[in-house]
Amino acid sequence: MREVYINDSNCITPLGFDVQANFDALLEGKSGIVKSTDFHKAVYVSKIDEQLLNKSFAEIGDPSAYTKLEKMLILTLKPLVSEYSISKDTPLIVSTTKGNIDELHHTNPRRILLHEVAQAVTDFFGLTQQAIVISNACVSGLLSVAVAKRMIQAGVYEGALVVAGDIISEFVLSGFHSFQAISDTPCRPYDESRKGITLGEAAAAVYISTVKSKNPTQAVKISGDGAINDANHISGPSRTGEGLYKSILAALEEAAVDVTAVDFISAHGTATHYNDEMEAIAFNRASLEHVPLNSLKGYYGHTLGASGLLETIISIESAFRNVLIPSVGYETSGISQPLNIIKNNQQKDIKYFLKTASGFGGCNTAVLFEKIA
Amino acid sequence: MKKPYFISDYVSIWKNTLSLNGETLFNCSQETSFKDFSKSLYKHIDMNYPKFYKMDNLSKLALLATEALFKNKNFNPEEENIALTLSNKSGSLDTDLKHQDSIADETNFFPSPAVFVYTLANICLGEISIKYKLQTENAFFVSESFQPDFITVYAEQLLQTGKAKKVLCGWVEYTDDNYEAFIYLVDEEGTLEHRSETLKKLYLE
Repeated sequence: MREVYINDSNCITPLGFDVQANFDALLEGKSGIVKSTDFHKAVYVSKIDEQLLNKSFAEIGDPSAYTKLEKMLILTLKPLVSEYSISKDTPLIVSTTKGNIDELHHTNPRRILLHEVAQAVTDFFGLTQQAIVISNACVSGLLSVAVAKRMIQAGVYEGALVVAGDIISEFVLSGFHSFQAISDTPCRPYDESRKGITLGEAAAAVYISTVKSKNPTQAVKISGDGAINDANHISGPSRTGEGLYKSILAALEEAAVDVTAVDFISAHGTATHYNDEMEAIAFNRASLEHVPLNSLKGYYGHTLGASGLLETIISIESAFRNVLIPSVGYETSGISQPLNIIKNNQQKDIKYFLKTASGFGGCNTAVLFEKIA
Repeated sequence: MKKPYFISDYVSIWKNTLSLNGETLFNCSQETSFKDFSKSLYKHIDMNYPKFYKMDNLSKLALLATEALFKNKNFNPEEENIALTLSNKSGSLDTDLKHQDSIADETNFFPSPAVFVYTLANICLGEISIKYKLQTENAFFVSESFQPDFITVYAEQLLQTGKAKKVLCGWVEYTDDNYEAFIYLVDEEGTLEHRSETLKKLYLE
């Protein structure tokens, strides 16, 4: 089977408009979460400043011609397209849960359909293939990595651009409010006082290919993956963590890597009661309870379709710097089974790391990555 | 050497008609809404699954097509490691508009979790997974039109790598009382070769 690598990455978040700026902010313990009065109710969110975004975007295009999400996606992809002098027939995979959903309340909404968002990005870069959108709830960003890898292994692509993004909207906020799932404080994954999620917005992009990066401090191999449904409930995770557990096993089995080799886990950790508890059960079933683990939701909020890819990119940086980032907001365990949740910046040699995500519809994804020295 | 795969069965639902492997199985002769059509079809194929009535239209459409296909098979879906890869054009727009209506007026704000959960197109995969107890690979794709070139490669890769034993693929589109489902099973057995050209033809039938 062909080996497939993530060669390069970029992200745009409230903590910075590239990976270095983001990682440096995380090392200093900065969070993007602030109280906002932009919505129906005052709420904590991690929101991208649109003026800053427009200022950066103006260097490459007309900010008024695109929605906020499209500007985030294009700006994130831009350095990767330039760096690799991407040929115009390179496939583009776009991950988003709700696209331009905030346009729905406008009289003349722009590009409501997800494929129209992807087309705007495709056209900006002059790409010739029709983009594929992955919209699989909160696992979309991570699943898009698995899908790109599978298509490359099948031999139809040599490389693929993957971009993921979502914005905060009244649409999504009101929906999670109706589930009573929005925290009235910045979210606190796995903590006993956790009260639900904080929403965030971000865009993230990677270039995936069969060729190892020329820069040896950048490539990670996508060693194995699984995306298995709980088949249990559409809005609540499985009590036994079934789908996540099976996804993890599938990823390890494909990689032919023993569970004891996993050095670090970047988990989903939304800070809802049910999600975090389900993850604790699944990780214990997989004998991963001693492996250092974090959720980055305390820094970025839940960035929906971007989260899986954004958290993968931050974890790649962790792996290359051999530094583990603490799971901010966590003090006292609020889950029924033990996990080794990271409390302080730590040095650790990292070779293999696992990234997981779970979402509505009972979906789960796990991907095992290997740092190529 | 790559194993050959086949389209073992296919189901289409559109214009008040359900057909299985090219033959009409059910037809409502007069013009009718999806609401009435889906109820009649549900009874006709003897579905007996009360949760059906709580679902959004996209999930109902996907489930009816899947039920008609599985009813024609002599296996227990739960035991077959059947992956799900569905796609469409409009995502969950039909339900998105319902949720948007409930939040459009700040003085009459009534978002409902029972509606909101369906504002994700992949929920229909979750509903199929629950009904047939499929703890299997699943992915939902969105594109302007049905993309058999992409889906055939993706499905075969799941099979070749042993991530699935069969793959239920297809297109499920619902907006504003217009509906179109084309669902097929990719398997090691069958007579129709699993090829993009074949699917393009069957989809247009």
